[in-house]
Amino acid sequence: MSTPGPVLILGGRSDIGRAVAHAFAAKGHPIQLAARGAASLETSRKDMELRHGVSVTLHEFDALDMAGQAGFIDALPALPEIVVCAVGLLGDQYDDERDFDAATRVMRSNFEAPANILGLFANRFETRGTGTLVGISSVAGDRGRASNYIYGSAKAGFTAYLSGLRNRLARKGIHVVTVKPGFVATSMTAGMDLPEKLTAAPEMLGEKIVQAVERRRNVIYVKPVWALVMLIIRNIPEAVFKKTSI
Amino acid sequence: MMLSGWGRFPRIDCQVTRPLTEDALRAQVAKGGLIARGNGRAYGDSALSPGNTVDMRGFRHMLAFDAATGVLTVEAGVLLGDVISAFLPRGWFPPVTPGTKFVTIGGMIAADVHGKNHHKHGSFGQFVDWIDVMGADGAVTRCSRHENPELFGWTLGGMGLTGVILRAAFRLTRVETAWIRQTMIPAPDLDAAMAAFEASGDATYSVAWIDCLRLGDGLGRSLVMLGEHATFAELKLPEKRDPLLAPKRRRLTVPFDLPGFLLNGATLRAFNALYYNQGARNAGESLVDWDSYFYPLDAILGWNRSYGRKGFAQFQCALPLASSRQGLQALLKAIAAAGMGSFLAVLKRFGPQDSRFSFPMEGYTLALDFPVNRGTLALLDRLDRITLDHGGRFYLAKDSRMRAETLRAADPRVAGFLEMRGADARAETFTSAQSKRLTL
Ligand SMILES: Cc1cc2nc3c(=O)[nH]c(=O)nc-3n(C[C@H](O)[C@H](O)[C@H](O)COP(=O)(O)OP(=O)(O)OC[C@H]3O[C@@H](n4cnc5c(N)ncnc54)[C@H](O)[C@@H]3O)c2cc1C
Ligand SMILES: NC(=O)c1ccc[n+]([C@@H]2O[C@H](COP(=O)([O-])OP(=O)(O)OC[C@H]3O[C@@H](n4cnc5c(N)ncnc54)[C@H](OP(=O)(O)O)[C@@H]3O)[C@@H](O)[C@H]2O)c1
Repeated sequence: MSTPGPVLILGGRSDIGRAVAHAFAAKGHPIQLAARGAASLETSRKDMELRHGVSVTLHEFDALDMAGQAGFIDALPALPEIVVCAVGLLGDQYDDERDFDAATRVMRSNFEAPANILGLFANRFETRGTGTLVGISSVAGDRGRASNYIYGSAKAGFTAYLSGLRNRLARKGIHVVTVKPGFVATSMTAGMDLPEKLTAAPEMLGEKIVQAVERRRNVIYVKPVWALVMLIIRNIPEAVFKKTSI
Repeated sequence: MMLSGWGRFPRIDCQVTRPLTEDALRAQVAKGGLIARGNGRAYGDSALSPGNTVDMRGFRHMLAFDAATGVLTVEAGVLLGDVISAFLPRGWFPPVTPGTKFVTIGGMIAADVHGKNHHKHGSFGQFVDWIDVMGADGAVTRCSRHENPELFGWTLGGMGLTGVILRAAFRLTRVETAWIRQTMIPAPDLDAAMAAFEASGDATYSVAWIDCLRLGDGLGRSLVMLGEHATFAELKLPEKRDPLLAPKRRRLTVPFDLPGFLLNGATLRAFNALYYNQGARNAGESLVDWDSYFYPLDAILGWNRSYGRKGFAQFQCALPLASSRQGLQALLKAIAAAGMGSFLAVLKRFGPQDSRFSFPMEGYTLALDFPVNRGTLALLDRLDRITLDHGGRFYLAKDSRMRAETLRAADPRVAGFLEMRGADARAETFTSAQSKRLTL
């Protein structure tokens, strides 16, 4: 078996990003953690190295700095084998309905910025002929709902982008995984009262994403029950759906 | 949210926060009435505070490891199981471990846990070089046997009531393999079991499963299990190829609460007879992987649900050596006569222990659990009485229902603990449902 190649985590501070990093590190992959204020991830870096005996490097990264994205990639110590994008911003639906700057920020953070950076990696992977891209989208993108449609519509865009990317690269040896988590117990959802049976731990995402990459899965819902829940939600007739509050 | 310890009794509505930084933790400390919570494996109400329960699992980083000395430095919320996953493959094992690996290092220090090697190596605290503790004023104090020894001493076994443990450095033990050489000794009664313990003081690990439902001749019949870390030379193929790797065990999950009636005198008696006879047939030596040896119950996730919805209560006492035989006999008689007991009752020889507030004392310890109902609560009061009459004391990490007077009668060290807590506003700042109940 060849030595596992490096895995880049965009949004390396997020609970999900961290869990995914640990899961890949446990399999012997060197890790590149990218985040805003990356230097403050030093404790995380050391922890990962201690636990898994792999090399872990830190990289300054602001996804919204679109002009800087290409330079960011070029500055990495090596072009990663796998890129996982965990960047996202939930926002506050009620406030964002009234503050368009904030709404734009949510849309850009969940769609434009993640899509662009993965697009840049896609081009480089295509040239190299290998690589896997993992985008963390959300079930929120499966249907717009009153409670989170700003975030949800951006995730919908991201989901569609990933699907197109997968289609484009399928015959080029590049694989794209779309991850659509339901509820995950992270700092994004801290303080919310999430139903236990529908909520995954970040560690579970880590495990499932590694599995999905290894088995070249296309779209995963993490907790299988969510596939069913969303199937139902997607199929409620609009005339009925518009009057519900789910 | 509704929260409980591992015994699922009592259940209390608690405000829970999960700080990720020292500043966020300091803000919680400033509110007072705080208790630190690790992985919730204490059985009762030690890690519950209605107004301010702080989940410490956000402090989850391993910080440093010195391969020359085996000293590992971690944040308090790191799980013991993660320490094993990371370091056993490199030939290191925790120096002391409780019967589950799903505990945090902070929780292990706060309860100053003991393992099957207590008679030989003492409690976990013996292997702790230093800890960082956040006090009532939010300041963090490094303490050890040399630096702030008072705070260090009271915090080991202090059940989170002296402050919040943030970081710790402790020494891992070198091992050659992931396997334990186990020797099983069937003991037809209590005297035989105690004789087996007394004869095996050199064994690294010793523990007994005890049948607590036998009366008369077979009172206290036990399976005494001794263990040694197997050396490389003691392994055979195929284990020899990967000496530090043990097979992954299958996991079972108890998905829902079993109806309480499944556990009654008859099913227990049948189980115990089966278990003893099976053990007696397997007397002698065998090689057991580390996970099955130290953590048999961890393979059944959520086994605490097998007691039904009302939960269960643990009873664990320690008796001084001189009165152990009499005390154990009295306890076992009371339990057997009541016809109530558990699948898992554990007897263990403790070695000497010299510490401020830790549970162990030289002698014997008996631990078992009961489903919570009026009958068992009355029985537990009787067991408290017997323990007191024989000069014993109680393990706070297991307690959920003891009376404040009982604790005081059992433990003259309470006065010193209160005095320590009285200084520096610790008494108001750090409180748990247990500390309120026991007026600590
Ligand atoms: C199956 C099983 C077997 C067990 N076997 C043994 C055994 O063999 N020997 C033994 O000694 N114990 C045993 N225990 C008990 C267990 O080891 C202790 O209760 C331990 O304290 C649990 O750790 P935790 O991280 O889950 O802490 P919690 O249960 O969450 O908390 C326990 C106590 O530690 C305090 N605490 C936790 N973290 C901190 C912190 N960072 N700073 C300050 N205080 C803190 C809490 O306030 C509380 O008082 C067993 C428990 C189970 C469920
Ligand atoms: N939690 C859930 O229930 C859930 C459900 C479905 C999908 N998801 C998705 O899972 C992903 C991870 O989320 P999480 O739950 O782990 O929450 P999180 O901790 O809030 O993660 C979001 C991460 O995105 C980073 N980020 C935001 N804007 C950025 C930018 N401009 N540049 C660089 N990084 C930026 C944040 O970095 P900073 O640390 O610097 O702020 C943060 O680390 C997100 O895409 C989220 O939408 C989560």
